[in-house]
Amino acid sequence: MLIIVITMRNLIVKIAIASGKGGTGKTFISTNLFNVLQKQEMNLALVDCDAEEPNAKLFLTEGKLKNTYEVNQKVPVVDESKCTYCGKCAEYCNYNAIFFLKEAKVINVLEDLCHGCGACSVACSYSAISEKNNLLGYVNTFEFSPKSALIEARIKVGVYSSVNVIKAAIKKASDFNLVLFDAPPGTGCPFIQTVVQADYVVLVTEPTPYGLSDLKQSIETLKGMNKSYGVIINKAGLGDEKIYDYLNKENIPLLMSVPFDKNIAVSYSKGELLTDLNSEWEEKFSQLYNTIREEYGNSSN
Amino acid sequence: MEIAVISGKGGTGKSSISVAFATLQKEVVLADCDVDAANLYLLFNPVCEEEQIVISGQKAVINQDKCIACGECIDYCRFDAIIKKDDKVSIVETFCDGCLLCSRICPQDAIDIIDEDKSRIYAGSFKNGKMVYGRLAPGEENTGKIVSKVREKAKQIAKEFGIKTIIIDGPPGIGCSAISAIIGVDSVVVVTEPTLSGLHDLKRTLEITTSSNLQTSVIINKCDINPEMSSKIEAYCNQKHIEVIGKLPFEPLVVEAMVKCQSITDFAPDAEISKLIGNIYSKIRATT
Repeated sequence: MLIIVITMRNLIVKIAIASGKGGTGKTFISTNLFNVLQKQEMNLALVDCDAEEPNAKLFLTEGKLKNTYEVNQKVPVVDESKCTYCGKCAEYCNYNAIFFLKEAKVINVLEDLCHGCGACSVACSYSAISEKNNLLGYVNTFEFSPKSALIEARIKVGVYSSVNVIKAAIKKASDFNLVLFDAPPGTGCPFIQTVVQADYVVLVTEPTPYGLSDLKQSIETLKGMNKSYGVIINKAGLGDEKIYDYLNKENIPLLMSVPFDKNIAVSYSKGELLTDLNSEWEEKFSQLYNTIREEYGNSSN
Repeated sequence: MEIAVISGKGGTGKSSISVAFATLQKEVVLADCDVDAANLYLLFNPVCEEEQIVISGQKAVINQDKCIACGECIDYCRFDAIIKKDDKVSIVETFCDGCLLCSRICPQDAIDIIDEDKSRIYAGSFKNGKMVYGRLAPGEENTGKIVSKVREKAKQIAKEFGIKTIIIDGPPGIGCSAISAIIGVDSVVVVTEPTLSGLHDLKRTLEITTSSNLQTSVIINKCDINPEMSSKIEAYCNQKHIEVIGKLPFEPLVVEAMVKCQSITDFAPDAEISKLIGNIYSKIRATT
């Protein structure tokens, strides 16, 4: 039994880098971590799951676009020559995506509201509903070496939900030994659909009241999902000390601390990678990976 | 009048700016629509006067007493949320989208639907008027719906108390919660920063506001971090005929104000940054 557990653990490790509050440095951490590990010739993928605003590629410029994959969703099309205006499809739809007026014989599909569940097709007894594909977004794969890739989820502007595109991107990463997720901000569905797939979650925060409040909300959500996690404090030195008290009190591991430094902010603004500019930071990110592995090992024992 | 402050990219200073706007106004309704990272109540500590339950969605649960494990629901579910293991069918809650199709087709009537009713919206008073904010319950997902409810409540309160201005602090991103926060407002202010990511995200955000025909202006915050990128952003906005209504330097006082739980304009009214924000706000009001 023990042997099975060990081999399973060696299979794939998935680490999500997330934050409740936006702009705390999630992408900064995940791109630098990827950069360092990629240079060590590890077999890994970074999945940019912030599909509403994917930024990782701006920093990881060396990757070559290998392929682009379209993500579609099924939406219903009503054939009004067959429709009897019975209204059963509108009744079945739990997203109010079918606008229906019985007396006036009006039936419209509100495509933005449709989740593609297929309930309306099942509801229709007159074969009046067929389905078409609506483009939700893209999964772009950029190759760095035969062993490493950036997989980017990118929704089409105007699409409401990024969940399907995120899921498709994560699926594309299943052939790698180590998978990093650059998670979307917040604690809503895009966040949940990303971290649910992760073995360990790294929460990036900043030592401000906003940062702390959002961190607590993320942790509450992760606790409910039974995920293990650790924290990185970015922009240390700004704000106050309350976040450290909180981590101590709750016994939450502090994985790394990055000081607030205008030079780091400036190089980030240009799209530069700190780990390319500074060997000390290269070493620190390499160490970060070891720390995460240790924490993950401890938490899964 | 509804003014929404948003930013594609997080951490650009959206909340600090919307809070400053709100406290520059004598009487205002402040709507915190960043519901999965709601923060403004921390600052103003509003006296909560009303709590409202939001049914954010529904989830399916299998009644194991009735289920015969036929697995028919598995074939119908498009969210891969139903699994069969050891002859027992169960629903993975995080994947369930709440479409209810499984409950409708189950031959044994063995699938129950439960409401997700743990999310809340709150309304209360703070020193400059009224505040409405939402709280997404951990694990509940429909942020767009909660955002709409927060705005609905804010409008209702504005009407009730005769308050003319509603300031919306929006969520990051360009998905359902961001769209719900800006649809139909009178003015959208997009706060960006002079970074490569800031510009990338701004472009996508402006696509949304333009296609929705919303009156839009841009604030470049922390503009001195990278003046070259700032100019690039300005040039981009000019080309798109979108006004850059102001540029703000990086100012540590803003963080200090946040730690002291005050808006920057209350914390340091005579500081240059507060004057700049005051000017921007007057301009927005004049053009809306």
